[in-house]
Amino acid sequence: MDKIEIGKGFEGIIDWMRDHWGIIFDGIVTGVEAILSSLVWVLQGPPALVMILLFTALAWRVSGKAVAGFTLIGFLLIHNLGFWDPTMDTLALVITAVFISLLIGIPLGIWSAKNDTVNRIARPALDFMQTLPAFVYLIPAVLFFQLGAVPGVIATLIFSLPPCVRFTSLGIRQVPHDIRDAAISFGSNPKQLLFKAELPVALPTIMAGVNQTIMLALSMVVICGMIGAGGLGNEVLKGITQMKIDLGFEAGICIVILAIFLDRVTQELGGSRKNENSKKH
Amino acid sequence: MNGKGALTLTLVIISNKIMSFIKIKGLYKIFGPDPKRVFPLLEKGLSKSAILEKTGCTVGINNASFEVEKGEVFVVMGLSGSGKSTVIRCLNRLIEPTRGVIEIDGKDVMKMNPASLLECRRKTMSMVFQHFGLLPHRSIVRNVEYGLEVAGVDVETRRAKALSALELVGLKGYEDQFPGELSGGMQQRVGLARALASDPEILLMDEAFSALDPLIRANMQDELLELQASMRKTIVFITHDLDEALKIGDRIAIMKDGEVKQIGTPEDILTDPADEYVRAFVQNVDKSKVMSAASIMRKPQTITIPKDGPHVAVRAMEKAGSSSIYVVDADRKFQGLLMIEDAVALEKKGIRDVRAVLYTELYAADPDTPVADLLSRAMTAKYPISILDDQCRLKGIVDRATVLAEVVGEDHEDTSTVPLERLLSESQKVDLEEINHG
Repeated sequence: MDKIEIGKGFEGIIDWMRDHWGIIFDGIVTGVEAILSSLVWVLQGPPALVMILLFTALAWRVSGKAVAGFTLIGFLLIHNLGFWDPTMDTLALVITAVFISLLIGIPLGIWSAKNDTVNRIARPALDFMQTLPAFVYLIPAVLFFQLGAVPGVIATLIFSLPPCVRFTSLGIRQVPHDIRDAAISFGSNPKQLLFKAELPVALPTIMAGVNQTIMLALSMVVICGMIGAGGLGNEVLKGITQMKIDLGFEAGICIVILAIFLDRVTQELGGSRKNENSKKH
Repeated sequence: MNGKGALTLTLVIISNKIMSFIKIKGLYKIFGPDPKRVFPLLEKGLSKSAILEKTGCTVGINNASFEVEKGEVFVVMGLSGSGKSTVIRCLNRLIEPTRGVIEIDGKDVMKMNPASLLECRRKTMSMVFQHFGLLPHRSIVRNVEYGLEVAGVDVETRRAKALSALELVGLKGYEDQFPGELSGGMQQRVGLARALASDPEILLMDEAFSALDPLIRANMQDELLELQASMRKTIVFITHDLDEALKIGDRIAIMKDGEVKQIGTPEDILTDPADEYVRAFVQNVDKSKVMSAASIMRKPQTITIPKDGPHVAVRAMEKAGSSSIYVVDADRKFQGLLMIEDAVALEKKGIRDVRAVLYTELYAADPDTPVADLLSRAMTAKYPISILDDQCRLKGIVDRATVLAEVVGEDHEDTSTVPLERLLSESQKVDLEEINHG
């Protein structure tokens, strides 16, 4: 039996889409670039020390003294190592990708929680997306958007989408029966049910999904260094390809610091409300 | 033409007079893929389980009909799976009934469009849930005002109404706390306040007190009755607890397998159960016949001879505050009962062997004996009945109080007592001694 030409078929589809949907892709590129460049401008505009203090203040407010202390020392170290600009580039990529990811993922999660058919279709699709090796996402991203930061954002947002959809859907499905029944029996319309009862009750779970999305996005953004997305991934890649062990290692440390900062801060965003309510239990 | 109009008018007046506030007629709820297939089978009289096997559909409610008067507390009682919670959820269409008529104040709930259904839920009826169903992210007062908020009532009005509802249930001062900070009983008060805030005509209470511990539960029942005395709401109350039903219900409907088995006042239900199921429910009739001695016996205090003597026995009895102790040998074979006075006497005389003074006029029974059969013996025996296995080993004892507790309410033909009044009227000279013997 002849080989089934899955690869060739895929290539054909990509080519066709590139020829016929060019305008859409151009639009996406413009939109993503606008978000990205304004974020870079915000993050890199002020002096590094001002930004470090702002991040520390944020960590203090959200997660307390320990995380704030870590943030101050960690970010000062990044600055000292001379990786401030690539770190901010990476952060901008992560924020852009996560922002778009949530914009798509949360409504999709709500939809799949409300509609069993959507859920049945979404689940295998999400499984597929999560098990596919991360590098594979680089291929269509590059094919549609060439090299640079935009395909990096696109690949990242696709890669980090599943947990956001899953956790949102799970959170809403897990809203206790009595709470949903109560909200309906007191005369909530579907919109009030969603926004006044279901989403607030599901919020801790959804925030756990957001945290996962951010962590996945960070790991993918580094890989996107391979397609010229810039930032810390680029530095690591340089370290590998040019055998500059010191450069690669230092960039690696910066990634770890950024990862811990993002994780701790976003974990608290979801957890704080839960703690507040279960204080007396 | 004119005559017809007059006739209709009279009919309306008459029906207004006799019409019940809530009216349920021929209500069915069938869960499953194809409910229509089930109706012919129900008409044939197939059981719930046979229908489930045949069609994969569960019959939640099977032709339920009842009417509730205005200002009445109507209790629907049944075990889990009897369909009682489904019935109450059909009233406000949290569950869509498959077939039937539900009328509230003359309006057909089944025919309401989404807008008027919302209106009805916001104004006419509200619900209290078994597990409270409070929103954890909202403060107490914001929970209570939820119904008014979704109905679009302005902030000040709804806050004022919520606060007075909280005061009504005795939770003044708790308005800014969160549900997670309150005990179960207090959370259910919040649930009640939330239901009262919009001043609905109907309260639907779904096992509202079942999740609370017994003492708080009794308190809540009393308070509900107190509130009801002044509010005169129409209350539909679901419970699986007979005592609760008898306590708060003006009338009770008993449900089984989705059918309403009997409707009546507490008195009706107790004195004249409609069928075997109701009788069993009301009188626990099966319980004492099914339960064995082994299931109600308790472990007695024992000493073992020949190793233990009167000293050990007295010490053990003193410690337990009892006047007798069971004596077994090394193989746990039952020897008899040792009284404290005998043990003390032996102790004084310095005799170690207790066998000579053991009391053996006792009754023994097999562990498998039904509790009902122990009744008469337990009532007359001076000491508890010993439960021995086939090798005469002491397994436990059953005393009068235990047996009584198990069979209370049992439907025994009562020949051992006569009404005092009859005796007095029959003969003036009967003295109390004779009555006691009679």
